[in-house]
Amino acid sequence: MNQDFSLQCPIPISDYPTITLAHGGGGKLSQMLIERMFAPAFANPMLADLHDGAILKLGAGDWGLGTGSWELEAGGSKLEAGVLSGALRPSSAVRLAFSTDSYVISPRFFPGGDIGALAVHGTVNDLAMCGARPLYLSAGFILEEGLPMDELWRIVQSMAAAAAAAGVQIVTGDTKVVERGKGDGIFINTAGVGVIPPGVTIAPQRARPGDVVLINGPIANHGIAIMSVREGLTFETAVESDSAPLNGLVEAILAAGGEAVHVLRDPTRGGVASSLNEIAAAARVGIRLDEASIPVLEEVRGACEILGFDPLYVANEGKCLVIVAAEAAEAVLAAMRAHPLGRDAAVIGRVVDEHPRKVYLRSRIGGLRVVDMLSGEQLPRIC
Amino acid sequence: MRFVDEYRNEGDARKFLNAIERLATRAWTIMEICGGQTHTLIKSGIDRLLPPQITLVHGPGCPVCVTPLELIDRAIAIARRPEVIFTSFGDMLRVPGSQTDLLSVKAQGGDVRMVYSPLDAVKLAQKYPDRQVVFFAVGFETTAPGNAMAVWQARQLGLTNFSILCSHVLVPPAMEAILGSADNQVQGFLAAGHVCTVMGYWEYEPIAEKYRVPIVVTGFEPLDLLQGIYMTVKALEEGRWGVENQYTRAVTREGNRPAQKLIAEVFEVSDRRWRGIGLIPASGYRLRPAYAAFDAELRFGVADVAAQESPICIAGQILQGLKKPHECPAFAGSCTPEHPLGAPMVSSEGACAAYYNYGRT
Repeated sequence: MNQDFSLQCPIPISDYPTITLAHGGGGKLSQMLIERMFAPAFANPMLADLHDGAILKLGAGDWGLGTGSWELEAGGSKLEAGVLSGALRPSSAVRLAFSTDSYVISPRFFPGGDIGALAVHGTVNDLAMCGARPLYLSAGFILEEGLPMDELWRIVQSMAAAAAAAGVQIVTGDTKVVERGKGDGIFINTAGVGVIPPGVTIAPQRARPGDVVLINGPIANHGIAIMSVREGLTFETAVESDSAPLNGLVEAILAAGGEAVHVLRDPTRGGVASSLNEIAAAARVGIRLDEASIPVLEEVRGACEILGFDPLYVANEGKCLVIVAAEAAEAVLAAMRAHPLGRDAAVIGRVVDEHPRKVYLRSRIGGLRVVDMLSGEQLPRIC
Repeated sequence: MRFVDEYRNEGDARKFLNAIERLATRAWTIMEICGGQTHTLIKSGIDRLLPPQITLVHGPGCPVCVTPLELIDRAIAIARRPEVIFTSFGDMLRVPGSQTDLLSVKAQGGDVRMVYSPLDAVKLAQKYPDRQVVFFAVGFETTAPGNAMAVWQARQLGLTNFSILCSHVLVPPAMEAILGSADNQVQGFLAAGHVCTVMGYWEYEPIAEKYRVPIVVTGFEPLDLLQGIYMTVKALEEGRWGVENQYTRAVTREGNRPAQKLIAEVFEVSDRRWRGIGLIPASGYRLRPAYAAFDAELRFGVADVAAQESPICIAGQILQGLKKPHECPAFAGSCTPEHPLGAPMVSSEGACAAYYNYGRT
């Protein structure tokens, strides 16, 4: 009997009687929902890491042709988790990464991508951020009555192309249709599994003082590209989403850095600032950024200046934060720059002993400030 | 980026900081009027780089913060109506009314939309002729021309489904209210550069003369602010008062005449209540009678909605520069961006938000 079990809602009703958009914004309210509601309700050692994906360890030798029980092992405890049938017979323990994500983006087609490619890239990237080689994806479609068939076809073709480019296969799926008005045209869920190669251990807790923080290119493109085509917020820009599969880049990073690669994280919703805050909290370290070294495209900076946004909080869909031991930083940076998705890779900061759990930024004029988690979504300012 | 990077140069910033340090022989208290300036100061770390004898106090120039509570309650009452598309700058959506905020109204099914320009709201009114489109027209003189243009265009287009909920405020009367207060500690002002791009700075000359204070029209980039502070300290040290213009690349003495003409066509000066401060005579704009058809307060009959402020929040004293955000007992405790008691904690120009987000706790 779990002593912690409580019938009372862990997020006081008086605070939030209903879900608001900010609960899905990737900032503090999202974190509260996960930490106070989902994590305690579903508690298990694999979920406890709150990584981009769960890491499942499959024991060697005790399962083979036909049906047999198998174990999931994590954090030192063994759990009877299910029954597996198939013809697998690994010669040694295998670690699988398992992740899921849902895509509700509006508009469905945007500069540099669409909801279909994004649904493939997002889950591929979540797996890659566990250090895994993504293999198989599922695709669940929730379609709204009235969705034009040719739009669905374009989205499906885009998913197929994205999967082929990322080297993964979509091996199972599901379709539901809801009445008109009960959905926003199309929602897509993808889940995926991948295999973590031996010798690779990626976890936010592994960030150590002295480590170097790298990123594979300019930030905030995706968020600004989406913002530029939203109704009521039109502004002209040539910025395209950076939506891309990062598994190839991650392979190059791991090949160059091996064990010295401590943390990988794709800064999607909530941007670089939120991801680094999560890492600082998980590893109980401080992170120090240098504003002048963070790559941001001119047109993205311009749009951010106009809208009053901080690019550090704007979403990315093809960026990867890499935290690596100092001695391997140069080799990893070189490997990133040699990859097409890392040409503009840069060192943007360091992990430090000071100010544990906090991210600080040295401003362009030499001042210092805290970079906190975002509370809710960034909203364009008045003037 | 051109016209931005030049004003964020570390070497030049250092020169100004050294010059200010050499110049200041005693303690001076300077108020930056605009919340955008407050955020630049804190975000770039200028507040911590300045010599200790310079104290910056943060002024009332945050349009979101000074919009009275009852007006937010009126906005919420209008936004809840099924026939209404309620449009607003993003900033206003999170500001707490007495019971709730506009984002929560949206979560409960209200059609609340964020726009970047009031003209986008006019476009929505054209696109949805059988809905009532309301724009929440808040701000200082900076946003007045855009809001006036929206109303003017709506009339030209013959739109009967567009209106604004107007809460415009003006900087000079607020400065006079601060300078005339018995508790005033402010010895010099950084005037809000963008307000002056519209209005010019001739309005400030009689104020500087009457209260014998230096007023420096200042821009929004780190080097603008450092130069503005330098010019203010220099005037204070030399015992001079009057208006000077740091922001010469955008501001002239006369300001933007066509914009002023449009404002005068659509709006007239009126008394306004400022949240946390109270009623200031002749401190805002309301629609002229000729444009009354575009007044959402009249159209939806919400003018009698009244409201009660939180007794704990000291936003009024913060907006007048009498207290700093971290001197509030609720700061970062019972008042956070997730659970704001007052508007300065949620606005992107609010002093409390700047202190909270950039770690000045």
